Amino acid sequence: MSGDRHRGRRQLPFPGPAATAGAVRRRPLSRAGRRRLAGVAMTTPALAMITLFFLVPLVMMLWMSLHNWPLLGEHRFTGLKNYRDALHDTEFRTAVIFTVKYTLITTPVLFVLGLALALLVRRRHRGARFFQFLYFVPVVVGLASAAFLWLFMFQSDIGPAGDLADHLGLGSRTTNLFAGSASAMLVVIGMVTWKVVGLQMLLLLTGLQSIPTDVEEAARIDGASRLQTFRYVILPLLRPTLALVLVFSVAGSLLAFDQFYVMTGGGPSNSTITAVYEIYRTSFIKFQLGYGSALSALLMIVLVAVSAVQLLLLRSSDQ
Amino acid sequence: MSARTARTRDRGRGPVEKDSTNLVAAIRQSLPRAAWWAVCTSLAVLFLYPLYVMVSQSLKAPGEAATAPPTLYPHELSLDNYRALGGDTGIDIVASAGNSLLVSLGATLATVVLSTLAGYGFARLRFPGSNILFFATLATFMIPFQAVITPLYLLLNNLGLQDSRLGLAAVYTTFQLPFGLFLMRNSFAAVPRSLEEAALIDGCGILKAMVRVVLPVAAPGVITTALLTFFACWNEFFAALILVTDQEKFTLPVSLSVLASGNLGSVDWGVLQAGVAVTIVPCVVIYLLLQKYYVGGLLSGPVK
Repeated sequence: MSGDRHRGRRQLPFPGPAATAGAVRRRPLSRAGRRRLAGVAMTTPALAMITLFFLVPLVMMLWMSLHNWPLLGEHRFTGLKNYRDALHDTEFRTAVIFTVKYTLITTPVLFVLGLALALLVRRRHRGARFFQFLYFVPVVVGLASAAFLWLFMFQSDIGPAGDLADHLGLGSRTTNLFAGSASAMLVVIGMVTWKVVGLQMLLLLTGLQSIPTDVEEAARIDGASRLQTFRYVILPLLRPTLALVLVFSVAGSLLAFDQFYVMTGGGPSNSTITAVYEIYRTSFIKFQLGYGSALSALLMIVLVAVSAVQLLLLRSSDQ
Repeated sequence: MSARTARTRDRGRGPVEKDSTNLVAAIRQSLPRAAWWAVCTSLAVLFLYPLYVMVSQSLKAPGEAATAPPTLYPHELSLDNYRALGGDTGIDIVASAGNSLLVSLGATLATVVLSTLAGYGFARLRFPGSNILFFATLATFMIPFQAVITPLYLLLNNLGLQDSRLGLAAVYTTFQLPFGLFLMRNSFAAVPRSLEEAALIDGCGILKAMVRVVLPVAAPGVITTALLTFFACWNEFFAALILVTDQEKFTLPVSLSVLASGNLGSVDWGVLQAGVAVTIVPCVVIYLLLQKYYVGGLLSGPVK
């Protein structure tokens, strides 16, 4: 790229005899060489950004996790003490248990409803595309914004969804749903489902559409019922998509923060603190940056493990 | 295809409806379709209801916005809640929207430029180690950015980027880059090589050939990258909450969280919903206009 320009400029003042000498010297910058150089030059800015703002903090995190590191004052090397503390920290344990519980509830809800929606709007009805489009609208709403919206909808007395509490047996419209940890979690799950299920539907829909129709028809002709066709033909072929969709929602749920920060504030009495919320409190409320880093490292290990399982699932389904 | 089959079915049913036995058959035939429409429509109401609530609440007069039980629709249309976004409640939502726009557009521009350059480099200009570097970049997907937030906070402090919109935009750019890179590399890889080879033989430089000849063909990839980046930055909450502490520099979601935590214990729900509408409506409008690019980007997930 830049080598190209230099050569053009340099060549003009020395036409005659310099040309042969130049050709020898220029060989390392032959066409392929110039392309390689341009490749390095074009990828460097992006890689530099990722190195500076992602890899450097990643290494810093591991380093800090081995220290007692207050915001102000000296930091002190403490080895694996932070990790040992994390194992015995009841607050952290409660947060992890809550996060796992939330994930275990949210994942199947999103998956079943997403699949149901996908099957519903997959049919070649007129209007199917229109409904696909409508159900996807909440996906473009930010998680935090959706949380503010639902926080209002389920406010006691003035919330438009208050009567729903009545119908669901959660009390009357004057009940503060955010005062009970179970009902608060239920509202959060409702919000997340509303916001995310369209994406799950879309991904599953694409997976379903990649299955050739004659496979399904062949199974039906062979006498398989609708349910059997689904169980023994469609579901196995859908496996790569299933892995993708499941890991999306598992990773998303394990990293939950916005919805609980906005809607429950971690309450009532810290019963809806998630793992990321606990990291936030440790690092930025208590300013125990070393301990917060250790908790982050543990979270990262779990997330990488989840992604690795996903890759394994994808690979084994290719064979 | 689907539309056509449906239409022929409609046409076939028309004339036979006078015969009573055929009428029963026709009803029986159209019953599943009617049921399907009923189910789909009620679900659509469920999906759109919260958005209706948001708009309706934001348009109520301040007194009506706080009534219990709530009114179904604004009995008196009022823009007072939107006027109050200018700072009447102590939080200047209009200024926050400006911050959000600045940070999101800055990060989007940076992400598009950097991932276009690098995407082309990885797709066409192979150099020793380029594949390894590309896959290493993709591997960062596995690591959640939430995990590096604590050291990132210290790092920005050390770089003099603490509490700054530039710092936040830089962080957003970094987090969006791997996916942008992936999208742009794929877009470039889909363009036939012969296209730029002709330009290169005609004496174009590599960069010029890329910008003038290949980039226009790969434009949908650029739009997709820009859209996904903008949406992600506009809606981001966690990093914005931690990395920016000066209220004047808050982005929209962070300002809304201050508004939602209430002034002396009372929350102005009309104003809050107006703020939420300001945050959500641009996204919905952009989605309506450019859904093809947005959805296409989400479907080209990095794991495929």
